[in-house]
Amino acid sequence: MKKSVILGTVTIAGLAASAAAAATLDDVKARGTLNCGVTTGLVGFAAPDANGEWDGFDVGVCRAVAAAVLGDPTAVEFVPTTGKTRFTALASGEIDMLARNTTWTFSRDVDLKFEFVGINYYDGQGFMVPKELGVSSAKELDGATVCIQTGTTTELNLADFFRSNNISYEPVPIETNAEAQPLYLEGACDVYTTDASGLAATRAAFENPGDHVVLPEIISKEPLGPLVRHGDNEWGDIVRWTLNALIAAEELGITSANLEELAAGSDNPEINRLLGTEGNLGEMLGLEADWAMKALMAGGNYGELFEKNIGENTPIGLSRGLNAQWTDGGLLYSPPFR
Amino acid sequence: MSDTHAQSVAFVRDTMLPEQEPPATERGVIKWLRENLFPDWINAILTLVAIYFLYKIVSGAWPWFLNGIWSTDSLAECREILQGTTGACFSVLTERWNQLLFGFQYPNEEYWRPTLAFILLFVAAAPLLFAMYVPRKVLIFTALYPFIAFWLIWGGTIIVPIVALVGFIAAYVAFKQFERNSFAAGLGAGVLAAAVVWYVGGFLSSAMSGVLALPEVPSRDMGGFMLNFILGTVCVSLSLPIGILLALGRQSSMPIIKWICVVFIEFIRGVPLITLLFVANVVLAYFLPPGTNFDLILRVIIMITMFSSAYIAEVIRGGLAALPRGQYEAADSLGLDYPQAMRLIIMPQALKISIPGIVNVAVGLFKDTTLVSVISMFDLVGMIRGPILASTEWNGVYWELWGFAILMFFPVCYGISKYSQWLERQLATDHR
Repeated sequence: MKKSVILGTVTIAGLAASAAAAATLDDVKARGTLNCGVTTGLVGFAAPDANGEWDGFDVGVCRAVAAAVLGDPTAVEFVPTTGKTRFTALASGEIDMLARNTTWTFSRDVDLKFEFVGINYYDGQGFMVPKELGVSSAKELDGATVCIQTGTTTELNLADFFRSNNISYEPVPIETNAEAQPLYLEGACDVYTTDASGLAATRAAFENPGDHVVLPEIISKEPLGPLVRHGDNEWGDIVRWTLNALIAAEELGITSANLEELAAGSDNPEINRLLGTEGNLGEMLGLEADWAMKALMAGGNYGELFEKNIGENTPIGLSRGLNAQWTDGGLLYSPPFR
Repeated sequence: MSDTHAQSVAFVRDTMLPEQEPPATERGVIKWLRENLFPDWINAILTLVAIYFLYKIVSGAWPWFLNGIWSTDSLAECREILQGTTGACFSVLTERWNQLLFGFQYPNEEYWRPTLAFILLFVAAAPLLFAMYVPRKVLIFTALYPFIAFWLIWGGTIIVPIVALVGFIAAYVAFKQFERNSFAAGLGAGVLAAAVVWYVGGFLSSAMSGVLALPEVPSRDMGGFMLNFILGTVCVSLSLPIGILLALGRQSSMPIIKWICVVFIEFIRGVPLITLLFVANVVLAYFLPPGTNFDLILRVIIMITMFSSAYIAEVIRGGLAALPRGQYEAADSLGLDYPQAMRLIIMPQALKISIPGIVNVAVGLFKDTTLVSVISMFDLVGMIRGPILASTEWNGVYWELWGFAILMFFPVCYGISKYSQWLERQLATDHR
């Protein structure tokens, strides 16, 4: 049987190679599920629960896109990817989109031929130290041993930061966040540095979180966002505007509580356009008129997703900070739905 | 005779003295202690130091086990109950044991299927491992087992494994028919027959997809220790025959076969397993056009099998090289042809010599299956490192989870090792 599968695969491979797969939307519709790349597990952003259901902030984006395209937020095939396999999975077409706290950088966008459709979390690299060290600023860390994940941008940022401040440090290379946690607690390093959201999640898991402080300095920009392949702009538009719909909904005050009510029609024309009771925005995307409404029904607007998965009432306890709406002094700014 | 000295000797004892107890220092526990633990000063000091460390370890770990908590919903709750005292949070195991064993996507109500396959594995393996105690008829079940196990674990209609089985039988029959002409003709006929059966069977199985169908579980949903076990079992059992063929091929006098085997072995041995796994996962995806789905587990099985068969080939080559030249010549002088000589004289001896090496590779291979966690497959280690440690409830539980992993792997590896020692004793025919 296995041999026949291989032979069959090779034959089909030969046939399908001629028909280039450009229209991701058609593929997704034909398949009936969205293949969405996520992490193999990151607290608050994506992890399966005890019943095997994926949950988290990045997962919420996948579900919103699936709901917008297929009308069903559960029609998602989550493909777990590691830091090493994520880009090939996307480039080879194994997944339709990647929502895996991936930093938007020039080379990833241009050289690796991906299209970042937006930013769903503004992160930055920070430092965590034990309180008893008595340090209040990262500039006082001269001569410290620092736990750092190898092969990441954080490693380079760290070197830059210490060099520009003319102080020295001793790196302790580690592989994963899970490995860093016990090392840091055992005192193998004085300082642990990674993205601020990761620091908050790590600190929240400690037995005595109060014994550790996250220093105020943020030494890098880590804009995290979903991405798609180059070459299929229609599909990129769908993912981009689904994310924008989540952000705009919060700005416009559309929540999962009043969604039904507003969908019947409201006085605000932009809300009407977004929810499909006015205009033909859905048709332009090649979707149903109520695409954004379905996306919002999946998990609520951006703010609701944030509060539910990583917000201040969760064990991770992240404040909105840069990720507040532009009207509240944050950086979230969706282009208008017109 | 006994009367001879009756008058000349004053007294002759006619009963045995009762046996005396040995001195206190030469018997029982004290003797054992003296001989094993305190034979001289240096050993006595070492014993005391060892006892001290054992005490420290046990007294440190004991409260941790004793205070273990089994029924909370999160690590935070564990800590709340423990209030700072030492204690394990075993609740992660009671809540996630099924994910650790079967992965987080295998449907709950189907757990009996891999479990049954696991139990049947022992029945199927028995005639191979304990040939002298198990009736040979069980071998029929062993031959059927791969198809049964595939059906149980992956589900779907039973027609698929039946078609596969019929294909193999057809290939065997065709091979036997044409083998008289020449070996190559037999091989060609066999492959052709199997291809025809599978091609026709493909239509049959898609037409009759409802026949005795278990709910299908895609490969992507396999995980946990089950995945380690599937990979370990399949790859070890495939790589042994392939390894034997490679070892023989490397010794062959036919240059093309010899060089193919040499290049294969040297290339595979020169590349780390993790690289091969990346090739399986990542690079193959580039060669296949988008949308084709070449089963990931199958890819990984192929890569691990290639890797371990190269090692096993070298181990067996060592066994072949250890055989005296006379054995080969003896086989020739009996008029045996090459397959007969190998099957009856050379291989039984060479394999016996190679047992420790083969077991070494097998144990190593079984543990190496945890490397698949790097290519985002959720085996036992992948489950621990990924989903479980990344859940908000269990972020920060380490000892309990890794202890569970040890509890899973150690008995299997130790069992393999013990079995191989037993087998060596069974097969020992030389005079030591």
